[in-house]
Amino acid sequence: MADKKKKTKRLIENEEDEEAGVTNPSMDEEAEAAQHQSGGESSVEQVDETHEAESLIKDLKTKHLSKQKELSKVKSPKEDLAKELRTIKQQSRDKVDETIRQEEAELSATEDGTVPMPTEEEELGESQPTDSIVTFAETTTELETEEAVVKKLKRKKEKVEEEEVLPLKDEDEETTKKEEAPPPPETVPPPQEEPPKPPPQEDVKTPRGLKASMKARLRKAKEEAAAEAEQEQKEEEKKERQLKRDKDKKKTRFDQPEVDEAELEEKTRAFKSRLKKKQPLEEKFRMELKSKGVFMPTAEEAFDFFTHDFEPEPEEPKPEVEEKEEEEKEEEEEKKEGEEEEGEEGEGEEDKKKKKEKEEDEVPLMEDVDEEGYGFYAVRKAEYDDTPETAKKEAEKLYYPSVTSVNAEEKAKILHDKQPRFLEDEGFYVGTRPKISGWNVNKMENRLIKELHREKWFGEDGRMIVLPNPLRPTPSRPPIPEEQEPGLEVQYRKAIMHEFDSRYIDGSLDNAGYYQLDVDINSLSFSHHHLFSREHVLATRLSQLYEEYMDRQKKNMAEYLSEKLKALKLSAVHLKDHMAAKKSEHNYADRSNFQKRLQDYKDEIRRARALRDKEEKTDRLLLKAIIKTWKDIKQQREKQKFINTPLKLQVITEETNKEFDLTQWKLEIEDELEEMEEEATEIYNRKKTEYEEALKKHAEQVKAKEDARVRIHKRSRKQSTKGSRASLGSKASKHSAENEPNPEEEAKDQEILNEPEIEIPDKPEEFNKEQARKDIIAKAKEIRRRPGEPKLYPEVTSTQPITEASKCPRGEQQRRNDVSKCEMFLKVLFNNKEVSRTSSKPLTQEFKLNFGQIFSLKIVQWPESITYQVYETSGFGGEIICEINSSIPDSSVTSQSVQLENLDFSSDHRVNHGHEGVGSGVPFSFGAKNEGTETLYTTGELRCSVAWAINDQGELLVPPSTQEQGNMFYAMRKMDPVTAIGAAGVVDIQKLAKWFEDSRLDPNDPANADLVYMLKSKGGESALLGPKEFFRLEQLQEEFNFCDDEAIDENKRFRLIYLRDSEVTEFKNYKMIPLLDRDIPRDTFAEYEKKKREEEKYKEEKDIESHRAAVSKFMQRVREQVIRRFRLLAHQRRLEDVINEEAVPNIALLGTSVLKLTERRRPLRVERKERKKVVPQTIDNVKILININRAVYVPRRVAASRGGAMTAREPDKAVKNIVGETQVQPFIEVMFQDVFLHTEVGDGPNPSYNEELEMPFKAPNEDYTPGNLQTVTDNIYLNLFDQVLIDIQEDDRQRGTTVHQRIEKKWLGGLTIPFSTVYFNGKIDGTFKLNKPPVLLGYTQGPDEEEGTSLRSNEENTYLSVFMTIEPPLQPPEPMRERFATTEDEKLLQYADNWEKTLNAKFSDREYKTTVIDVNGKTVFVTRYFKALEPPPDIFGSSDTEVKKMEVVARYVSMIPSVSDSVVFPGLCDIWSTCDQFLQMMAGDEEEHAVLLANYFLYMKKITWLIIGKGIPEGPTAYVMTEQENDYWIWNAGTGEHFSYRDSYCPLQSISCLINAENIWANVQQYEKPAQMNFDLSQGASWRSFFTRSFPNTGIASYQPERLYYKPTNKNAVLDLQEKIETLLKNKIMEWRSRLITRWNRHCTQIMRKLLPVLEENLGHSPGEQHLAELESTFSAYKVSGFPINMPYNEINPIVDAVFSTRVHAHDTSDVEFALAVYIHPYPNDVLSVWVYVASLIRSR
Amino acid sequence: KMSQSSVFLLMVGGQIESAEFPDFDDIYCKYCFTFGPDWLVTSGLDEGLTQVTKKSRDDRQQFVWNFPLDITFKTTNPFGWPQLIVHAYGIDAFGTDVVRGYGVTHVPITPGRHKIRIPMFVPESSSQLQKLTAWILGRRPEYVDVRVLAQGEGREVTRVRSQGFLTVSFNVVMKDMKKLGYDVIPSEMSTSVIPESVGPNSGGTTET
Repeated sequence: MADKKKKTKRLIENEEDEEAGVTNPSMDEEAEAAQHQSGGESSVEQVDETHEAESLIKDLKTKHLSKQKELSKVKSPKEDLAKELRTIKQQSRDKVDETIRQEEAELSATEDGTVPMPTEEEELGESQPTDSIVTFAETTTELETEEAVVKKLKRKKEKVEEEEVLPLKDEDEETTKKEEAPPPPETVPPPQEEPPKPPPQEDVKTPRGLKASMKARLRKAKEEAAAEAEQEQKEEEKKERQLKRDKDKKKTRFDQPEVDEAELEEKTRAFKSRLKKKQPLEEKFRMELKSKGVFMPTAEEAFDFFTHDFEPEPEEPKPEVEEKEEEEKEEEEEKKEGEEEEGEEGEGEEDKKKKKEKEEDEVPLMEDVDEEGYGFYAVRKAEYDDTPETAKKEAEKLYYPSVTSVNAEEKAKILHDKQPRFLEDEGFYVGTRPKISGWNVNKMENRLIKELHREKWFGEDGRMIVLPNPLRPTPSRPPIPEEQEPGLEVQYRKAIMHEFDSRYIDGSLDNAGYYQLDVDINSLSFSHHHLFSREHVLATRLSQLYEEYMDRQKKNMAEYLSEKLKALKLSAVHLKDHMAAKKSEHNYADRSNFQKRLQDYKDEIRRARALRDKEEKTDRLLLKAIIKTWKDIKQQREKQKFINTPLKLQVITEETNKEFDLTQWKLEIEDELEEMEEEATEIYNRKKTEYEEALKKHAEQVKAKEDARVRIHKRSRKQSTKGSRASLGSKASKHSAENEPNPEEEAKDQEILNEPEIEIPDKPEEFNKEQARKDIIAKAKEIRRRPGEPKLYPEVTSTQPITEASKCPRGEQQRRNDVSKCEMFLKVLFNNKEVSRTSSKPLTQEFKLNFGQIFSLKIVQWPESITYQVYETSGFGGEIICEINSSIPDSSVTSQSVQLENLDFSSDHRVNHGHEGVGSGVPFSFGAKNEGTETLYTTGELRCSVAWAINDQGELLVPPSTQEQGNMFYAMRKMDPVTAIGAAGVVDIQKLAKWFEDSRLDPNDPANADLVYMLKSKGGESALLGPKEFFRLEQLQEEFNFCDDEAIDENKRFRLIYLRDSEVTEFKNYKMIPLLDRDIPRDTFAEYEKKKREEEKYKEEKDIESHRAAVSKFMQRVREQVIRRFRLLAHQRRLEDVINEEAVPNIALLGTSVLKLTERRRPLRVERKERKKVVPQTIDNVKILININRAVYVPRRVAASRGGAMTAREPDKAVKNIVGETQVQPFIEVMFQDVFLHTEVGDGPNPSYNEELEMPFKAPNEDYTPGNLQTVTDNIYLNLFDQVLIDIQEDDRQRGTTVHQRIEKKWLGGLTIPFSTVYFNGKIDGTFKLNKPPVLLGYTQGPDEEEGTSLRSNEENTYLSVFMTIEPPLQPPEPMRERFATTEDEKLLQYADNWEKTLNAKFSDREYKTTVIDVNGKTVFVTRYFKALEPPPDIFGSSDTEVKKMEVVARYVSMIPSVSDSVVFPGLCDIWSTCDQFLQMMAGDEEEHAVLLANYFLYMKKITWLIIGKGIPEGPTAYVMTEQENDYWIWNAGTGEHFSYRDSYCPLQSISCLINAENIWANVQQYEKPAQMNFDLSQGASWRSFFTRSFPNTGIASYQPERLYYKPTNKNAVLDLQEKIETLLKNKIMEWRSRLITRWNRHCTQIMRKLLPVLEENLGHSPGEQHLAELESTFSAYKVSGFPINMPYNEINPIVDAVFSTRVHAHDTSDVEFALAVYIHPYPNDVLSVWVYVASLIRSR
Repeated sequence: KMSQSSVFLLMVGGQIESAEFPDFDDIYCKYCFTFGPDWLVTSGLDEGLTQVTKKSRDDRQQFVWNFPLDITFKTTNPFGWPQLIVHAYGIDAFGTDVVRGYGVTHVPITPGRHKIRIPMFVPESSSQLQKLTAWILGRRPEYVDVRVLAQGEGREVTRVRSQGFLTVSFNVVMKDMKKLGYDVIPSEMSTSVIPESVGPNSGGTTET
């Protein structure tokens, strides 16, 4: 309802907007009133109304008052007699029909929207019940047509309003009808009818309106009867009251309101207090009503209502009541009129009944009490029978309020027998009573009536005091108008695809804007082209020079400067004169001022002269150059005998007056000389004064010093004479004696003496006039036209006829031919995309092209670059010559305003021609004259322009604010104003500041804000332009620091956390860092700090270890760097690292898996399966499984039974062991991390063990992550021992019963496998050669005669078959797959990638190396590592043969300690250091050794390759291969051994590729074992080379140094070290045998010392027999077992370990002697070969 | 070696209560706790495996495990606060065991009872083809190490899709935390009134 009202209001406001037929309700209301007035059959009532209305309008001019009028008019009849009413109504009803029709006509006629009232009445009368259109359509009265017209418009809006009016017509009918009905008791006041009001309204709203109306009609029957009676009663009352006061009441209704008002006013006063309470409620009701369209007083009016005395208003409420009645009546009428509704009546029957009941409840109901649903029933117990008594008791306590209405008497009692008073009738607003069912009301009333203060509960009208319904019937949400403010209207637009790309100007591809760039390409001319002939070159030069000349001529700077000079001189002279003249008149200030001006003049003159000289010189040089070039051209033309260019130079000479010239010349010179002299004199004078001053000072100082010296001297003399004092005492001495020598004075004197000598400057030289003159003349000669020389004016014309092609020699013809064949075109690239290209134009003989094309580019992206590419086509195919970048035009540059500009370009294109063309980028000379060659590159000029287009309408097609958005440059400028200035790399802020100052930029200009900000330092104003001296990344960091860094450093906990976070090895996995500082163990950092200290310490140390130390420091540094880089990379994960995803199976994979299904099962052929790698966290109990299969060729004891030392020297001497006594009882002992395990004792030289040893493994810090594991440096030592039982039975008699033996272990050989090898390879499997000492006393090896096997070379060695793995398998570190930074050519790398990929696809297990990583973490192409490098020259010694030399070199290399990369550079990636780095670090793994060795071999002119392959035990490794005659030798650089490729015991198991400086050859053969391979590298089927004909090696420079520098090894230091090791080892052995006495056999040691250098000389091979014989003979009395050990020196600890692992010391007896000798052989560059000879000697019995 | 005074204890009880995985059935879970280097499990299991459950027949379609969690940590440093990682597996149409969701949540940092609804997600296949083969072979992409979920590093390379929710309740008891200067209970909150749900997982609605 409320919206309706609002709508109404709105409609009033904009009537014009009304559509045809839309009626304005408020207008309607007026119209309605008007209708009543103007109605043809104006009844009395109507007349009255009209009058009344008029009068009211006068009083109140608001619109709503018309409503009130209406109301009052409605009401007024009631005040009249009922009879009158009846007649009126009858009339009006008749009239209604008429007016309806009339209205209809009117409506159709007048479109102004004012719909006459009656129509609405009718229409609404019908429409009211039928809310829905459907029902509405059913109405079939005569009003049908009218309805059709109006229904839509008014259906909802007017209903209510019309209700008010219509009932009038029925009223009389009703009354007549219901006259008989028993008149309701007087106590039932009319306001009681108010409650019924809501139902009809609800009906209106609800769809069941029709039915409701039917019901309502029935109900009305009753109601109206009551109302009628009531009315009559009221009227009577009123009459009485009126009579009392006013006699006019009967005259007209006109007056009545006033009367009523007055009367009411009285009452109001009387019941003020009561009203006060009600007022707010009433207001609420009013609102309600208002919302219903009944009444709409404004707030103001409402206020007025209660405060002011308005005449008509008090009556208002009353009409409302009437309205209700009327409404009902109207419905009644409808019933009669609208027969159509009858059909529905049936349906509505039920509802109707209910309704009826309700209505009846509300009206004072006397008779009909419906007992249904209100029955007396109660739940009782079954056995309860004492009913009467209970009833009685109940009756005492309980009562049942009746549902019948309280009878009148009771009520009357409450009212104290007063007449009930109906405020509403009296015109008071009382609001709407909430709708409560009659029963409940009655019940309550009945209850209340029994209350003590029952009066309180009832109002004056005898009814219960009821608060109005607090619920508002209208929704509180503000109505939303259907029509929207036009300004706020939402429009539908199609969705726009928005590219998230700021490159688009309008944010999307299909943008709205139209932006166009016009690119004008005018012409292209070459200043050099490869088809230029020599003449062209010269001609171009000439024309260029000429152009410049003309340019200069135009400016004529020399002339200008001469004039300026003249003028200046004149002024100077004037000034001088002036000063001279007025000298006396001027005061000092003036004078100095003039002096200054004069000085200024002089300076200016000097400057001008210098400038002029320069200009003149340039002019003259230019002229000379022009003439020279012309001469050259002429010469060239002559020489080539044809003319190519039309250029022609003419020189016009202008004769000059020699005399005049001469005087000028002289004058000039004198002038200049004078000036110079003046200046020189000035300088001279100044310097002279300085000099003199200095001289003076110096003299003074000298004097002062002299004095001081004298004083001191005196003093000292006095001191000496003081003692004697016998002297007669000269005055002076006395005097001085009195004045005790003053220390102050003395100090002063001393100071004077100590003063530095004042330097005497050089004496200034006087001005040498002659010299100056000479200089000036020389200069003048150089730059000026000499007197008498004619002036020359060159003129270049293009008039020279060109020799016809036919007359030219062949070369020239060819050239011209080429020129004419040559075509060019340009491509225009916008944002690096080709947008258009010009047509192809032929090159003219003048090397000019005219394009004259304009390209219009419609752009959608922000322009970033506009580039032209010049293409040249000759014959077929285009070739890009160069790219020219054009600037993007400023938004102000339009195609109308733009000027063509010349863009210079040049190309580094290299072209060579066989004919006359000079080519480009190729040196050429001008022929015989031979003045040196010249190299010219194609250059030229492009004439073009870029501008924003203008369309037909003259609009500029520039994107809005090009500079502000999206533009790259803008963004750049935002970030960095310096860059934006344009000069990339301008960092000189000082300069910038200066420039800023100079250019006087406005610092307040926002455009300069960036600059100002940047230049502004934190200081005040003065520092405004002072630049900052630093740059800070995070300026505010300080504010966010919790504490300063020092505090963190000092705090142990923080430090610990920090170190842990940065993954420092010691703390990497530190668990549970204590919360409190004090809980941190004091020694936490001890180790770390010690390490640090050591690093520091190494610097100073100077002993033997210093080099190692330096090396280790260097390594540490490299390692740190590498680790840092790897850490960074390791924290960048890839999908595979995080997610386990099944690879998409490809055909090959599927194929193999299918094949696997069909494969035969071979249960007997057991294969080791790949095990699943375990995630490291769950690991505890890791073991290394060592499966020892067998050993072969174990050395045998030499006649163990025989006493004395036995050697392998004489196999024949070995006594056959007939009794079958074991020749040897070998067993293997494994040592790892100080744990020993050994196999069972085997038997014989070829024992078979088949034993599995489980070696526990402990990772440092219990951390089994790959990162940690790969740093484990522990070695697994496998040692082969012979177990010897020694009978120590003392007493022979017990021999039969007791066994008393001692077990001795004799070391026969060993094998060292680093843990890292096992870890990285997962397993180690194979037969390994044991490292056997070259001399093994007491053992022999070789063919066993008994077995009769033939001697083979490999039987010198002992082999061991071992399988090793880690259980559970540990996750190996993931190799680095990141591409490292590189300086290699991208093309090469790409090719390498492809090459590797294709090969790997075929041979997935072969490793093809093309690139490796250097120590700087850069990817380097592998062939760069090869270069012939000279080995240290002094290692060869006596070695003569080539093979020997090679072996020596190999030994040298092998003596460089070997350390796995993973240890050096944890993070696992193969780092190749160059040879010099390797030698410096003195550590490296196989690659470094192999590369170094290969490079040495290259130096020795051997054909050498590096082998990348797999070996045992190292796994992936690098070997060296050399080509010997008919053989290929494979060198193990780590050990220095070499093998023939056919040697099946070669540790190299497979070859993947060969590398040397020239190429890489990948093995694509079926086999990879060297013995099975074909080494003919030229066979493509066997070897795929990297560089092929299609991809040739373009000479990749080596990465290695020019040469290696070897540091001589300090011999003394080596001896010291030797000593040190020996002592240490001796101590160690004694320590190991602490239970027993250790004796040393010096003699033996001596012999060993002698022997060791021999061994070294033999490169570790067995020495000659004589040495052994010597040993043997010496120790015939002993049973000797011992051996030399050889190893490279790295650290002492490994040596100790090695000795320990041999168990020489393990003789559990005291009657053993030991011998130990250490020898270190120094090789250059601190490469040391350490020999340790240990032996135990047991005296033979 | 560590003095006991600077250690606080965190006791976590609770349950892996239920989950919602529309369209799936036969789900079981694995869980594990991850924690920083300064944390130590003093008692209880930090890994476990639940029973297989079928979804309820009502329209809630819930998987209920009510699998108890009970673990006590000892630590010196709140850094590396324990996180619970739950990964659910289920049987797919071909009977293969596939992962149905990974989820992670911090153990609540306030004492009391917390109910947390963890959104679960699975890594997506890196291509459509992979997706198809993964579906056919029943080998969906899985995390190599679920612990990656508890850290930020390396996650950017993965693409995941959410699959459902899992509800976990925690009963958290702490000892000595305040003594060591860590005050995790808001001051305005008296000790008796502890929010029912102060989970890290504001994304999941918590129910009481």
